[in-house]
Amino acid sequence: MRLFVLLWATCLLAADPAVLKFCLRSEPKTFHPLKVGDDASETVRYLTAGTLVKINRRTQLPEASLATKWKTLDGGQTVRFQLREGLRFSDGTPFTAEDVAYTFQQVGAIRSGFTDSLRQGDNAPTATVTGKNEVTVRFAGVTPGWERLIDGLGIMSAKSPLQEKAVLGAFMVAEYKAGQYVVLGRNPHYWVRDAQGKPLPRVDQIRMDITANRDLELMRFKRGEVHMINKVDPDAYQTLATQMPEAVRNAGVSFESEQLWFNQYAKSPLPAYKLEWFRSTVFRRAVSESIRRADLAKIAMKGLAVPGVGPVSPGNTVWFNTKLAAHPYAPSVALAKLQKAGFRKQADGLYDAGGHRVEFSIVTNAGNKTRERLAAMIQADLGEIGIRVSVVTLDFPSLLERITRGFNYEACLLGLTNVDQDPNGQMNVWLSNTANHQWNPNQAAPETPWEAEIDKLMRAQARTVSQAKRKELFDRVQAIVHEQAPFIYLVHKNVLTAIHPTVRHSLVTVLFPHVFSNAEEVELQGAGVYRSAR
Amino acid sequence: MKRLAIALLLALLLAGVAGQFLLPARYDQQFRDQTDALPGGQHLLGTDELGRDRAARLLAGARVSLLLAPAASVLALVLAAVLGLSAGWFGGWWDRGVSTLIDLMISVPIFLVLITARAVLPLNVSPVTSVMITFLLLGLLGWAGSARVIRGACRTQLNSDYILRALATGCSRPRLLFVHLLPNLWPVLRTQFIVAVPAFILDEANLSLLGLGVAEPLPSLGSLLKELTHLPSSPNWLGLAAPAILLAITVCAFEFLLPPKEGSS
Repeated sequence: MRLFVLLWATCLLAADPAVLKFCLRSEPKTFHPLKVGDDASETVRYLTAGTLVKINRRTQLPEASLATKWKTLDGGQTVRFQLREGLRFSDGTPFTAEDVAYTFQQVGAIRSGFTDSLRQGDNAPTATVTGKNEVTVRFAGVTPGWERLIDGLGIMSAKSPLQEKAVLGAFMVAEYKAGQYVVLGRNPHYWVRDAQGKPLPRVDQIRMDITANRDLELMRFKRGEVHMINKVDPDAYQTLATQMPEAVRNAGVSFESEQLWFNQYAKSPLPAYKLEWFRSTVFRRAVSESIRRADLAKIAMKGLAVPGVGPVSPGNTVWFNTKLAAHPYAPSVALAKLQKAGFRKQADGLYDAGGHRVEFSIVTNAGNKTRERLAAMIQADLGEIGIRVSVVTLDFPSLLERITRGFNYEACLLGLTNVDQDPNGQMNVWLSNTANHQWNPNQAAPETPWEAEIDKLMRAQARTVSQAKRKELFDRVQAIVHEQAPFIYLVHKNVLTAIHPTVRHSLVTVLFPHVFSNAEEVELQGAGVYRSAR
Repeated sequence: MKRLAIALLLALLLAGVAGQFLLPARYDQQFRDQTDALPGGQHLLGTDELGRDRAARLLAGARVSLLLAPAASVLALVLAAVLGLSAGWFGGWWDRGVSTLIDLMISVPIFLVLITARAVLPLNVSPVTSVMITFLLLGLLGWAGSARVIRGACRTQLNSDYILRALATGCSRPRLLFVHLLPNLWPVLRTQFIVAVPAFILDEANLSLLGLGVAEPLPSLGSLLKELTHLPSSPNWLGLAAPAILLAITVCAFEFLLPPKEGSS
């Protein structure tokens, strides 16, 4: 009888693993740590891979992980890592310096967006075993901010028969059903322990259901079927705050912004006089200074944002230029500047020197309530200085076609998702010869002196090792963008998340991933709750 | 009931037209310090999330929908009548051609066509032009169903005894068309018009739900319906539900304008 009870209890325990649940908003394209390029794959990589150095999501600074210490040599081109001893991959294969060397060898062999970020031109970094538990990595050139790159480099096993499926992170991929879910199981050989010396992770599994529908995700969260939502929009956040106030978490200002820009592309089909307005700093600044950003943050973003300042949000504590502030709301000053530049205000609106009525359209993507509200408020604000604005919402493919291929648009309102803390992640936006230099892309040579200066500064910071010097150079870039306003930054959004009250020890961070950056420390409260949440 | 329905529709239209003079606020005026206000003295139905008077927007939306949906219906009906009548009248290869075109139009997903058409139109148009374009497109693309009904009715009439008798007595073809056929098709045409009006209002509402209908700041019943999603969390249920109630009343009123079904009292 006792044996039966014991067996029954064991079965119950076995049938009731602690499962942390949340949703992926798209299908992971790969589980290979070096081929990651999308958010869903990055989530799996983050939870499964072990890295030499890790960016602490709370402090935004690098800290030791598989490497216990490191030394930068050759003016920033070489880094020598001392590795942690006695670790094993998830399948029990010992972790050695050869594994790190092998991983860098694979970086050279595999072409992907991620491995390209570690390369300079066609040259990949190389790693050499230089001692017991010591590896020396030589980058192709001086690589400032290498810690940020290494933070994404999942170390692979050179000897495991499971190849890239053998991992050093807290979890490992246990089950995957395309289009439905990914289940991560506990890595039995995970080396990190909590403050009491108990092994981590605390949950047995993580189940990530694949669903693109945010309303469905929210509904399931309210029903307790998922424990976390990594990103909640302001409307949903406000609704949830009234229904489950204990579940909403606002981590403060994110790296993301909503911004407006004018089409300055010379070959666009816009009339010459409009192109002249859009290329005028006075015009752009006047528009910027006629927008009530405080109202945008308070009303359109439901008070869950701060007025937009520049390319780096105040949430990026390492790189934000603290000398800058949002453009002031000063419509009379803006109008005076426009009048000085030849524009004239009449009873029915604003006209340029050539007698053209100042009017333009703002395109944005259909179905985004926040952007529709922002556009409607900008329309009203600019109406006060006589500028007539039409708001046009387009389905996303049509919008992309206009802003990236046809260039048949006047102004565009969109958000910039920036998960990268380091300015090198923005090179493709600020260099004038790139396709993502949205207001005037693919320039053969910089068309304005200030764009030439930004090119020079961005390239200089990318070659500089000294953090202080890089900050100085990038501060200047921010100041130029603030002055010239090629992007009119409207608001910086807050990081809004939701965590079920049954989840304990979760840390919400500004850096990605916002809610499960410490997934291995997370604990689920009450077995009964787990049942209802399954 | 029919008189009541007509009176109701006229009252709504009149309120829509006169509302801008009766209410203290314009439909696009943003009272930013009174966002999401509850119904009260200054704002009969409260304000929306940008502080705009809901009553003013409701009346402006009703005006847009009640003026332009019938206009689009007239356009669709004219196209349907010309093609359906001619197909039924001439028969032969023309009938086959028109019937194929009707089948084609019905099988094409109208929403995709509307979205594509919206994407290629000029961007810098005023909200009024935008709404007119939207309903124009609805009219131009929404004739096929009516054309099929009219063609069928025309064929039925042409095979009826009174037409055969008229032909036997040497009635000319223009006289046959205008004196005998068209008056007998009139109830069908009228029904198709009445059915199309609420259908176009709902089509515009669906387009607006996708963000592709009437441009800001001009409202329509459809664009106002979008805010219904806030109903569970908003204390202003009346302000949020008012467009849906008005739309339901409008659609019902048009239903009452239809001739009674055979066998019903």
